[in-house]
Amino acid sequence: MATTTTTVPSAGPVAGSRSFLSRLIEGDEIARLITFLFAASVVLITLLLVFELWQGSALARHKFGLNFFFTRVWDPIFDQFGALPFIYGTLVTSVVALAIAVPLGIGAAIFLAELAPQKISDTLQFFIDLLAAVPSVIYGLLGVFVVIPLMRQYLQPALKSTSGFLPLFQGPAYGVGFLTAGIVLAIMVIPYIISVSREILLAVPRDQREAALALGATRWESTWKVVVPFARGGIMGSIFLALARALGETMAVTMVIGNTPTISASLFSPGYSIAAVIANEFTEATGDLYLQSLIELGLVLFLLTFILNGVARLLIVATSQKGGGTGHA
Amino acid sequence: MKRIASLLLLAVLVLAGAAWADSALSLNGAGATFPFPMYSKWFDEYHKKNANLQINYQSIGSGGGIKQVTEGTVDFGATDGPMNDDQLKAFQDKHGFGILHFPTVMGAVVPTYNISGVDATLNFTPEALAGIFLGKITKWNDPAITDANKGVKLPAEDIVVVHRADGSGTTYCWTDYLSKVSEEWKNKVGKGTSVNWPVGLGGKGNEGVTGTVKNTPNSIGYVELIYAESNKIPYGSVKNSAGAFVKASLAAVSAAAAGAAKDMPEDFRVSITNAPGKTSYPISTFTWLLIPEKFSDAAKRDAIKGFLQWALGEGQNYAEALSYSRLPKEVVAKETKAIAKVQ
Repeated sequence: MATTTTTVPSAGPVAGSRSFLSRLIEGDEIARLITFLFAASVVLITLLLVFELWQGSALARHKFGLNFFFTRVWDPIFDQFGALPFIYGTLVTSVVALAIAVPLGIGAAIFLAELAPQKISDTLQFFIDLLAAVPSVIYGLLGVFVVIPLMRQYLQPALKSTSGFLPLFQGPAYGVGFLTAGIVLAIMVIPYIISVSREILLAVPRDQREAALALGATRWESTWKVVVPFARGGIMGSIFLALARALGETMAVTMVIGNTPTISASLFSPGYSIAAVIANEFTEATGDLYLQSLIELGLVLFLLTFILNGVARLLIVATSQKGGGTGHA
Repeated sequence: MKRIASLLLLAVLVLAGAAWADSALSLNGAGATFPFPMYSKWFDEYHKKNANLQINYQSIGSGGGIKQVTEGTVDFGATDGPMNDDQLKAFQDKHGFGILHFPTVMGAVVPTYNISGVDATLNFTPEALAGIFLGKITKWNDPAITDANKGVKLPAEDIVVVHRADGSGTTYCWTDYLSKVSEEWKNKVGKGTSVNWPVGLGGKGNEGVTGTVKNTPNSIGYVELIYAESNKIPYGSVKNSAGAFVKASLAAVSAAAAGAAKDMPEDFRVSITNAPGKTSYPISTFTWLLIPEKFSDAAKRDAIKGFLQWALGEGQNYAEALSYSRLPKEVVAKETKAIAKVQ
């Protein structure tokens, strides 16, 4: 500390003697200004987005108030609009997707970062990056032609016969529905989790591993007890990136979810998500209230993403402190 | 060398000038997706005859078409369902004059199904269709279905209903029909481009409904006739108001319009579902161009009137090749008179 405080005053006058103009000419100030504007534009766009959604949904907000969140009816003919089935569908499909994608993705990332030979790891990473770049409509087609028939003919009957006593796996097996949408979403977000988590795991300093090994830990112990906790914050980040993608996914979901605004405990039941209903009904929404209700749904989706991201931040802070604590001990 | 260059420059300038003159007048329209293949063919053919008129059309959906023409961002709109009174009033309030509906061609919506072990063309009564889509008829061997299909063995399986998830004119036509034949449907569900379906799965687009029906045993859905024809999808016959089971065809749709022609209101805002006539297919619909009554630009007004005249006459000859039904001559005669209202 002492050394820094002595160097700062000596540097101060030098910096101060350079006029604003000279800093401007040298480019420092220009670079600062331009990058600041870029950074500020992100905030501006977010605010504009909220403003537009808020403004555009005035009529619907006024008419339905908070009931919008708790109404189960979506009836464009009799002008009754409620968001509940869509919120439910969005959350359920995302939760199913994460429940499948998180263990698979993190497992694969640990293998690629810690256990696999370099060559295999790099080759696989190439394919994973490729998967992450596939447009969602392709995943939707995969869902329609592969996942739905598989679900209807094999997976759903199997789940029914083995765990049919659970309310989760009851009702007729159409092939489409919450579970199918969740599975397709899982396939879509796994590459994100793998790719980001692998980078994070690779960035864990060597000495962490070496220290664990030197203390007599096995390879797996050093990975599971030292490297993974060290990278916990980043891995959480990858999961929330995946969640954000799952929440907002439109095309792939609408192709496999069944597009019926229902709330049902059964994962076999057809459902609907916020993004899907907006995409489906926006172009032909003729009435003002109808259109504004769709815009309010957009606002709800924004809110949902916002809240979940906030929770994610808190979770990362909480767990990284805990991780740091055990690491030091 | 220099001379060649300047000659080239001159040629480019002349060509550019010609191209400029070429696109001197352009009309912009937006709306329904269902007649898009027909309209793009028409605009293309008409442009060949009238090189100085370019008509652009964006198929953004009927709702978008009504909105844009009301806001005045396009010269004309197009829709699969007529504008309602509120929408007409909104246009009148904003512009100080009205907007006219011009039927251009017709289409139909057909019930398509996938029942294990059934290859026959099924007959559907209005009561059966309404019952199935209301969720009251739940088994394929319900007497409401089997009575109209003697000799076909229908299974005792649950019916899976498939409908459009996206807002569409197809849904408008289908629900308009169900509203006419079933009082309960009219009061409980109603008609529109999207409705609150009592039962069923939603598929996105004609292809989404077709895909779901193909994939799901014992299902029933509805698609546009054009789509069913061009993709060789089997579809059923529907009992019309004269009591005959009619399978949809271009002629049967034209017959429905002819049957409805004599009671046609002056503004053409009429549904031709459940139309009278022994050969009429009951689930038929017009698709309309929406033309403002007044144009401030006389050149645009004359261009649109000229085009309408052509579309109602010679233009109709292109319809059947694209699987649209042509307008019956009774309707053409009425519309030709109505063109004079555009000022």
